[in-house]
Amino acid sequence: MESKAMNIHAEPTRLTMIKSGASAAIPIMMGYLPIAITYGVLAQQSGMNYTELTLMSVLVFAGAAQFMAANMLAIGIGAIEIIIATFVLNFRHFVMSLSFMNRLKGIPIKMKLPLSLGLTDETFSVASLHPDEAKQPYGVWFYAAMIVTAYSSWVAGSFLGGVLGDVIPPRLSESMGIALYAMFIGLLVPSIKKQRRIIPIVIIAMAVNYTMSLWLAEGWAIVAGTLVGGLGGIWILERGDSK
Amino acid sequence: MTMWIIIGMAVVTAIPRMLPAFIIDRVTFPDWVNRWLNAIPYAALGALIFPGIMTVKDNAPHVGIIGGLVAVALAWLGLDIILVVLGSILTVFLITL
Repeated sequence: MESKAMNIHAEPTRLTMIKSGASAAIPIMMGYLPIAITYGVLAQQSGMNYTELTLMSVLVFAGAAQFMAANMLAIGIGAIEIIIATFVLNFRHFVMSLSFMNRLKGIPIKMKLPLSLGLTDETFSVASLHPDEAKQPYGVWFYAAMIVTAYSSWVAGSFLGGVLGDVIPPRLSESMGIALYAMFIGLLVPSIKKQRRIIPIVIIAMAVNYTMSLWLAEGWAIVAGTLVGGLGGIWILERGDSK
Repeated sequence: MTMWIIIGMAVVTAIPRMLPAFIIDRVTFPDWVNRWLNAIPYAALGALIFPGIMTVKDNAPHVGIIGGLVAVALAWLGLDIILVVLGSILTVFLITL
């Protein structure tokens, strides 16, 4: 992935950006497909029809929140509670979007807006570790293609799961539960190899998230871990440090 | 009713995602805020990995931890991220046989 980003020659075109964006989304697809299929199955069992469960993926595009909603629907929890819980769980995307949009300063709002709507933990992580594209011509197409690829696999997987049921053998889909974590690790480790000083940021975030998750809802714990861990960057990262 | 829940979820998810796109061009952050925001991806990755990775298999936190350590090793060796993901899936598949 790293090398692909650097392979872009002096003159990237819109097409090369779209291609490298789509290929940067391959690990996301590998993680999303089995999860989306599982979501589709669960949502269908919780009483949602195909249109509803697919529409939820189209409009919400947030895995953990959709699982939670399907579970809550199944046990008959009310609309307001589901919506509030969704807000809490997804609020972390505000922090992530702030970080990502800050890199896209100067890019017209009509491009920034759709990109911000496609922000998930996974698309944010991949986008953030490809910061150089933001400064290159046609760079937005890299992010757009990456997000569209991830989004399509999420929506398609949900629909497949709802209609066909579990098409991936349960043993395999269980093992694939590690995929997104492995992707996060695969994104983080090369950065750590390049700059060891970011290690404290990561460790603090993990520790704060873990500690807070004992007291708070998962959503707030992740927000706290991300904000407090990121604070370390004020001292650790250099002025104008973009990576 | 489900439709209204979906619309409500979509709204409360979209607003926090979109808001920064509108405000970012209207504010100029001091440099320390920029550094904070630039460190957010590393912090977010940390928080997304741990402790969540221990829930890969219910009541067996070691499965996720071992899968994660394999991912760290493969990534450290400089393997392409797709191979890191595949290697870690294979590890979990084998240890849960």
